[in-house]
Amino acid sequence: MAWLAAGLLFWALGWWINHLLAHRPRTTATRLAVPIIFGLTVIAIWECLVRGLGISPVLLPPPSQIAARFATSTAILWEDFVQTALKGALTGYIIGCGAAFLTAIAIDRSPFLQRGLLPVGNFVAALPIIGMAPILVMWFGFDWQSKAAVVVVMVFFPMLVNTVQGLAEADAMQRDLMRTYAAGYMTTLLKLRLPAAMPFIFNGLKIATTLALIGAIVAEFFGSPVKGMGFRISTSVGQLALDLVWAEIVVAALAGSGFYGLVALIERRITFWHPSQRSRI
Amino acid sequence: MKRVLPILTVVVAIFALWYAAAVWLNAAWAYDKAERAERTLSISELVTDTWSQDKPKLPAPHQVAAEIWKTTGEMALNGRAFSKRSLIYHSWITFSSTALGFLLGTALGVALAIGIVYNRTMDMSVMPWVIASQTIPILAIAPMIIVVLNAVGISGLLPKAMISMYLSFFPVVVGMVKGLRSPSAMQLDQMRTWNASPSQTFWRLRLPSSMPYFFTSLKIAMAASLVGAIVGELPTGAVAGLGARLLAGSYYGQTIQIWSALLMAATLAALLVGLIGVLQRLTLRRMGMA
Repeated sequence: MAWLAAGLLFWALGWWINHLLAHRPRTTATRLAVPIIFGLTVIAIWECLVRGLGISPVLLPPPSQIAARFATSTAILWEDFVQTALKGALTGYIIGCGAAFLTAIAIDRSPFLQRGLLPVGNFVAALPIIGMAPILVMWFGFDWQSKAAVVVVMVFFPMLVNTVQGLAEADAMQRDLMRTYAAGYMTTLLKLRLPAAMPFIFNGLKIATTLALIGAIVAEFFGSPVKGMGFRISTSVGQLALDLVWAEIVVAALAGSGFYGLVALIERRITFWHPSQRSRI
Repeated sequence: MKRVLPILTVVVAIFALWYAAAVWLNAAWAYDKAERAERTLSISELVTDTWSQDKPKLPAPHQVAAEIWKTTGEMALNGRAFSKRSLIYHSWITFSSTALGFLLGTALGVALAIGIVYNRTMDMSVMPWVIASQTIPILAIAPMIIVVLNAVGISGLLPKAMISMYLSFFPVVVGMVKGLRSPSAMQLDQMRTWNASPSQTFWRLRLPSSMPYFFTSLKIAMAASLVGAIVGELPTGAVAGLGARLLAGSYYGQTIQIWSALLMAATLAALLVGLIGVLQRLTLRRMGMA
């Protein structure tokens, strides 16, 4: 009962602080503090609820237990991270996004191919591509190569559609200006159209980061060597070691947000001129 | 015609590539078989063999089409459309959890978006987490959600629908927040000069002007919730649904079965997204926006 009361208290406290902070003028500090306080409140309430209601750790372990498990099994978690995130997801991400980018440049000179590929690409991007996973695991074997292949297939079409859209972004006036400078196709591409396409390309790259991790993890459900995040999750669920599962999820969340943040950071450096990146006053 | 021709060309090219790849990938097995029978294969024999193997590495399109017809149309003609071997039955299972998850996700997404637009505290504390929640590869915990909810006694449709819901609420929140904020300051001022109450502003200005954003995000949400339903079916021990067909096919090396389940899933996705597209066009035309 005391735990439940504590949970209620934490909830009221967190909401009260955030309410005060949110109604002050917005600064960088409050913009960071408010979501962090919200997250900490949720974790505190989780802990109190699990202890107060006596929920079995087999169903939902409290955050403290997950943290303890995380600290004791860093070796396993690191091995899984290397196998899934670095070997599977990252390799596939680079190959897939690179291939999509090159394809977009290649079909750039042919409006016919663009009109044909864009609707098909849009259609394929809406399909449950993840279903290709068992087939690709069958073709490329159980190790990380098949995971990379799944990631390639998953990120290719969103990236292609975004890049093609971005390359069409420079308007007629700007292209005319390049022509009056006697700029050839390559110069126009490098100096005008690729920079103008950057916001779209980065949008594709950001969507692809999440898809890449999902693809690599889910592909492991269809067969993998005895390491990897997807493998660990599906076997630990079978052993009812849910604290390890949650520790893997923490790793996945950290990897996902870190990866996304990195791409967003590069985007801010490269597309500093775009209205959405300028500092808001 | 100007728009159809390029698309047709690309589709024909994909089929041509598919048939060629089938020859290339299945040739090894065909040669192996011929060697054991101690005969050599001519080119035409090789091609017909690679296009008609029992468990090919890559089945040819007509084999997949035949399998789909056998498990849908033919069974429906025999009056066994909902037998457990029929793809119609499995598609129905997947569709029902997709639809439930999609409805729950849309409801949650719209509710969160309204909260975020009208409450400053929620805007600052929840919005960053909504965005962060999508960088977390949530599909990874799909099996756990299913197992845990099963242990609590919730089984069947709801656990799968929860996964679909989690995947589909995000595009709705983001799209609706953008849409509800799309009226310009001038329009909001106009509402104020008319002494409109907050609920009147909501129903007559904010909600109608959010509709184009709403439908665009519904399309993404529908595709996402189908993926959620399929992945949610994987750990249920391959009982029913298109995801279960995929898993069973990969256990037993039934490539034709995998491909037919995959194509059914693609058709389902196309139908559902197309349906929302039609609804979008009708609604927006009725509202004078399209």
